[in-house]
Amino acid sequence: MPLPFLSARPEDLVRQRLNRGPSPVLANGLPWLSIMLASMVPFSPVVASAPVLPPLGFMALLAWRLLRPTLLPVWAGLPLGLFDDLYSGQPFGSGIVLWSLTMLAMDVIDEKFLWRGFVQDWLTAAALLTAYVALTAGFAGLVTGYPLPFTIGPQVLLTVLLHPVVTRIVALLDRIRLLPLKRL
Amino acid sequence: MIMARSPDRRPGFSRRAQYGIFTGYVIAVLGVVAGFVVLGVSLFNPEAFAFARTTASEVARPLGQAGAETRSASQGVFAAIGAYFNAGRQNAALTREVQAARADAVTMHALQQENARLKALLGIVDPQVRPVTGARLIGSTASSTRRFAVLSVGSNQGVQNGQPVRAAGGLIGRVVETGPNTARVLLVTDPDNVVPVRRTSDGLTAFVQGGANGRIEIRLINTGVATLRKGDVFVTSGSGGLYPPGIPVAVATEPHRDGATGHLASDPADADFVVVLPAWQASAQAVLEAAQKAAPPPPSDDGNP
Repeated sequence: MPLPFLSARPEDLVRQRLNRGPSPVLANGLPWLSIMLASMVPFSPVVASAPVLPPLGFMALLAWRLLRPTLLPVWAGLPLGLFDDLYSGQPFGSGIVLWSLTMLAMDVIDEKFLWRGFVQDWLTAAALLTAYVALTAGFAGLVTGYPLPFTIGPQVLLTVLLHPVVTRIVALLDRIRLLPLKRL
Repeated sequence: MIMARSPDRRPGFSRRAQYGIFTGYVIAVLGVVAGFVVLGVSLFNPEAFAFARTTASEVARPLGQAGAETRSASQGVFAAIGAYFNAGRQNAALTREVQAARADAVTMHALQQENARLKALLGIVDPQVRPVTGARLIGSTASSTRRFAVLSVGSNQGVQNGQPVRAAGGLIGRVVETGPNTARVLLVTDPDNVVPVRRTSDGLTAFVQGGANGRIEIRLINTGVATLRKGDVFVTSGSGGLYPPGIPVAVATEPHRDGATGHLASDPADADFVVVLPAWQASAQAVLEAAQKAAPPPPSDDGNP
């Protein structure tokens, strides 16, 4: 491998593994931190004159929730949605409502279906992401009194297509989260 | 891959764990209810939570500053690479342009002298608009249909709400929320931003309203009197007193019955540095805001989705 420090397995980064467990700070904090960082993407180099970027904070929340259903508490949508509202430019409260509703909806979906798979997860995410993008545009339209249904089409498509990529990144973070760093 | 669903959250007979989960659901439902209340408040008063957003922008300012520098650096790299590919063609085109520009410059010089002479005759003093400050755009709401950008300057640098922001190419928007070192700009492409403009060729007055999709809508004040053509350039008219007259705003691209769809004169994505200008006539600002509230929503059935 030409770049040994960029190996695909984060587990290789840790030499000593016997008698060690994951660091509690990292194991519990990384999902929250990663979702909050994804929410801060508006402060990225892209200054857009149209809604082009997918809602990365929400996508990260959904990916964590699908990957590790019991990791985030069911009330996590409240604080994380509030944080997203600070940066998203949406009318304040739209994140709190939609993120809380998503966590509750995911609980219902988990109850309904006995089995899970990649395609089913993607379909679940596609439905929730489409609803989310449409509703955020609706809330924003309520403020301006100017509903814009056609502007979100490309954004919905991009968001749904990017979901597996975000899941992949979250899966990598999940392995970093569980690195045996703490001496037992 | 199909797998069994995750073990559910039922904790067995532990009372404490049961209460913990119950409390979790209560908080989640309360979150929905509280969210709707907050949303209702911010629908009726969009500035209600400005303090929270401003604080958040202040916290994220270093991040955005670094991002803005990366943007200008990467643009430079791409431009440099691209320049190699069309150097020859560009050289020929530029030579032609320089020859044409030389001829124009002579005419221009003569006109300037004449203008100065006439102004001296009339005793006109040019009002010198001194910019408040220069700044970078350090962030934007790239995933929302509302169009805001964040500036790297704030009230510490003299920025106030209502001041217009422009780039070299044209108008960017106006300041709507001000923090100590950051300010939130309502971009021209936001549907809530209405800019009074006039056509450069004949002074035909119109309004420019954002479409939230990167395009803008040019709407004539007197419909049926004149038609717009592709390529018509619109600059701020100065009426309303917020934007100084003469800043390029938009170019018409698709004329239709009562106006045109157009492109911005200056895309915020290309603007490295922007300049905050003082409000043209601060007293008239309140009047403009009242007029904007009264402006009707743009027609949705004009055949151009």
